[in-house]
Amino acid sequence: MIDLATLTLVSDMLVRATPLILAGLAVAFAFQAGVLNIGAEGQLLIGAASATAIALAATPLLGRAVILFSLTGGAAAGALWALIAAELRRRYQVLEVISTIMLNFVAIFLVGFLVRGPLQEPTHVYPQTLELPPQARLPLLIPGTRLHAGFAIAIITCITGWWILRHTAAGFRLRVVGANPDAARMAGRINIEKTARNVFLISGALAGLAGAIEIHGVTFALYENLSPGYGYTAIAVALLAALNPLLVLITGIFFGALETLASALQRDAGIPATLVSVLEAAIILLVLAVQSIRSRRVPRTAVSET
Amino acid sequence: MTDVASGFLESTVRTATPLLFAALGETVVERSGVINIALEGSIICGALGGAVAASHAGAGTSWIVAGISGMVLAILLAVFVVVLRSDQIITGTAITLLGLGLTGALYRQIYGPSGAALTIATMPAASIPFLSGIPIIGRAFFSQPAAAYLVYVLIPIMSWWMYRTHSGLALRAIGENPAAAVAAGIRAARIQFAAILFGGLMGGVAGGFLVIAQAGTFSEGMSAGRGFIAIAIVVLGRWRPAGVAIAALVFGATTALQYLFQTMGWNLPYQLFLALPYLLTLLALAGIAGRAHAPASLGKWIAND
Repeated sequence: MIDLATLTLVSDMLVRATPLILAGLAVAFAFQAGVLNIGAEGQLLIGAASATAIALAATPLLGRAVILFSLTGGAAAGALWALIAAELRRRYQVLEVISTIMLNFVAIFLVGFLVRGPLQEPTHVYPQTLELPPQARLPLLIPGTRLHAGFAIAIITCITGWWILRHTAAGFRLRVVGANPDAARMAGRINIEKTARNVFLISGALAGLAGAIEIHGVTFALYENLSPGYGYTAIAVALLAALNPLLVLITGIFFGALETLASALQRDAGIPATLVSVLEAAIILLVLAVQSIRSRRVPRTAVSET
Repeated sequence: MTDVASGFLESTVRTATPLLFAALGETVVERSGVINIALEGSIICGALGGAVAASHAGAGTSWIVAGISGMVLAILLAVFVVVLRSDQIITGTAITLLGLGLTGALYRQIYGPSGAALTIATMPAASIPFLSGIPIIGRAFFSQPAAAYLVYVLIPIMSWWMYRTHSGLALRAIGENPAAAVAAGIRAARIQFAAILFGGLMGGVAGGFLVIAQAGTFSEGMSAGRGFIAIAIVVLGRWRPAGVAIAALVFGATTALQYLFQTMGWNLPYQLFLALPYLLTLLALAGIAGRAHAPASLGKWIAND
């Protein structure tokens, strides 16, 4: 029998890992196709905001089924937010790295506006929305802990994502476009623009879903600083997993555990939690260094193994 | 009306100056074919370095420390991009993350969780006689903290250097056609390395300017995306120092609309103003990116000599 303290700690880690896994998957999908989506943070916030709006408006009407609608709505909103960057890249050759970062800032201010304006709780005292009614919340996986069904959704999404990337024609096209766009165009007759746009949409949807699940499983309300930089940690999650969706599951849990411990350390020992982002950066750089040393020894294959 | 106009211009120059320091550095980096996404990290490191140095030493030292702080972070980018040939954008993003995290942690460690302890005297405005008396534009352009005048000198020097000297030509050659540049005997890796260091130095100075000349204190994440905005400004300015200066001013002016709207008493949500610089960057990039001629090898080629 596991004691309660351990159970609480482990479940807290998995709760923290849930948005990291989904956003990490979003980044992994995008990077696989050579789409440098640094905008998971903004897409996550937009997904969270939309899910909150849908859940607050439609719960009386739909009851328990509202979760399905608001999770889908959150994913769709994240996809639309990513579509802005996709269209900017397709029509005007704007680097998605810059556009997605700009959109992250815009999303932060948009959430700030919403929780002080149209979506603010009725008393207009706190900069946040009303709390979601109980039937709009995700069920718990283990009663007595905070571990919610969103973690199960994250696992299923990772496995599905791995299967799509590895075993479907669409997944193959995506990887070819990322590995060698010229070859994809010439030999494979792959529509690169369309593939890139779809990748933006999928990536945005995954990040949006992460935000929606965070609302329905953890915070139950929309407010500023909802995300402690999940979208940026997601880059480390994806890179450490070598962009493999199944490994994202593991690295997501690893970073979830790390961040949970870091906040505990900040609380108990006064060690700044921002050191985690230093560690994340160090891990990304380490992975890059190892890759570069390896690629000097072994010639690169056209499509990397996933 | 004169008051509104000169207030608007002052606000414009105030926003534009730190961005211009960063963007001028980035111009050189991009001309060498490297896109420095780590610029944001250099700015925040420069800000903290400048703040800490200013609270212990004189103003002169704090500028040097700010510049070096930005440059130290850039060394990391140079090693990864030029020596290890890693992906420029992923490396840059990671280094920015490193800079933001490191400065946040150090700041809390040195000055406590709230960090309120750190305040420094801001650099006073040094009015240039006669010029600062010009109506409307005088105060905005010629009554600035002394460090701001450095950019006025730097713009013509950089233009001259890039277009009239051998080393400037070598820099541009690497950005346009690295293979030909290497064939012509240009030491591409060395020049790229130096360009990245210069970009970091300027980013650090930009961060120092935010603290020493403007805010008088440091706060976590105070770079607030200026590194990315500076990269956009380089695109808008079409990779030329004078163009970049104009782009920075246009950018500052749009941000200063906030000031204008407040004076006019227009009641718009303040978050709209906060988001405006970022929205503007997107619009501007969409408007110009397709037509501007970027260095041909930007972000793609990695030195191999």
